[in-house]
Amino acid sequence: MEKHCTDSRVKGVSTGVSKPAPEYVSSKTINKVIQVHDRIFCCMAGSLADAQAVIKSAKFHLSFHSVQMESPPQVIAAASVLKDLCYKNKDELQAGFLTAGWDKKNGPQVYVVSLGGMLISQQVTIGGSGSTYIYGYVDAKYKPNMTKEECLQFATNALALAMGRDNVSGGVAHLVVITEKGVEHVVVPGDKLPKFHDE
Amino acid sequence: MAVEYDGGVVIGADSRTTTGAYIANRVTDKLTRIHDKIYCCRSGSAADTQAIAEIVAYQLGFHSIELDEPPLVETAANLFRASCYRYREELTAGILVAGWDKRKGGQVYSVPIGGMLVRQPVSVGGSGSTYIYGFMDANYKPGMNKEQCMEITAAALSLAMERDGSSGGVVRLASISEEGVERRVILGNQLPKFSTH
Repeated sequence: MEKHCTDSRVKGVSTGVSKPAPEYVSSKTINKVIQVHDRIFCCMAGSLADAQAVIKSAKFHLSFHSVQMESPPQVIAAASVLKDLCYKNKDELQAGFLTAGWDKKNGPQVYVVSLGGMLISQQVTIGGSGSTYIYGYVDAKYKPNMTKEECLQFATNALALAMGRDNVSGGVAHLVVITEKGVEHVVVPGDKLPKFHDE
Repeated sequence: MAVEYDGGVVIGADSRTTTGAYIANRVTDKLTRIHDKIYCCRSGSAADTQAIAEIVAYQLGFHSIELDEPPLVETAANLFRASCYRYREELTAGILVAGWDKRKGGQVYSVPIGGMLVRQPVSVGGSGSTYIYGFMDANYKPGMNKEQCMEITAAALSLAMERDGSSGGVVRLASISEEGVERRVILGNQLPKFSTH
């Protein structure tokens, strides 16, 4: 999931990866938050194989674009590159992305590229199999202009709730805070996540 | 959904029944009386759940006359479970049985698709329920009173109705306790609103 806070962006992802039914969790420690440029990160969703392949290509295109423009790329540029790949190959691919970052022109931004290749900008967004369980929580709890600490707590809680209910989400929670000044990684192992009333 | 509190239960449901994309009934009453102080929340196939509820209401009514006492909520729940499990291949019915009896007070029993039976302090069901598991896990605390239960139920149902295409309309609430059954309706424009993003 990703949130747009007053001056920064907080992204959070949980780390389980599974094969489709019969379900098998092939890894509990995958990092799904990939850095595509200095201040732009992407969360992968869907088939990890497809997502990894798309991101590899997108990283190259973005870096080339950045060299041509002689400046760091805009967040929307990164999102657009992903969108083009997802849309043009929609029949073969099953990958979605949450792109977030900071650029000089528009500050912190969050974009969603869905499975078929739609691109939209949102203040807060969630994705992946566990996201269905936290739509209500996110709708109720999110308020605009939160501080960085509030955002981090909100993202951690939301991930913990999703990981608590979804059998193929779990392991470790990766959070990344992106601001003008730089990038900060926060990793929360499963046993250190917030616990709720029935745990 | 249904929530236990000390002295009774609060049950709530949306009011949308669909046939495909058409909303056949936008003011459905999914809170069905099985006995004076035992109600059920129906989800899944409307036909299946109506049929089962009628059968159980008959069986429970008969049992109550034989006993010469109000029936237990656990009895009602077991009657639902018996039908839902025996005919599990033919049915699509997810039912929450909730009510009050003298022996154990307010109780909520969940009989999901497949015919399992489990008692829970809080239970949600139906297509919109997936969206509010997180909200309920975060906001439900044991020991809430009746008004708090009503508020959390109305809030959770609103959130689910906002996100799920198969849920909507009005929120119907009922509270069941030793005093009796109190029913409320919250219309669309009076539902709790959450920040739009």
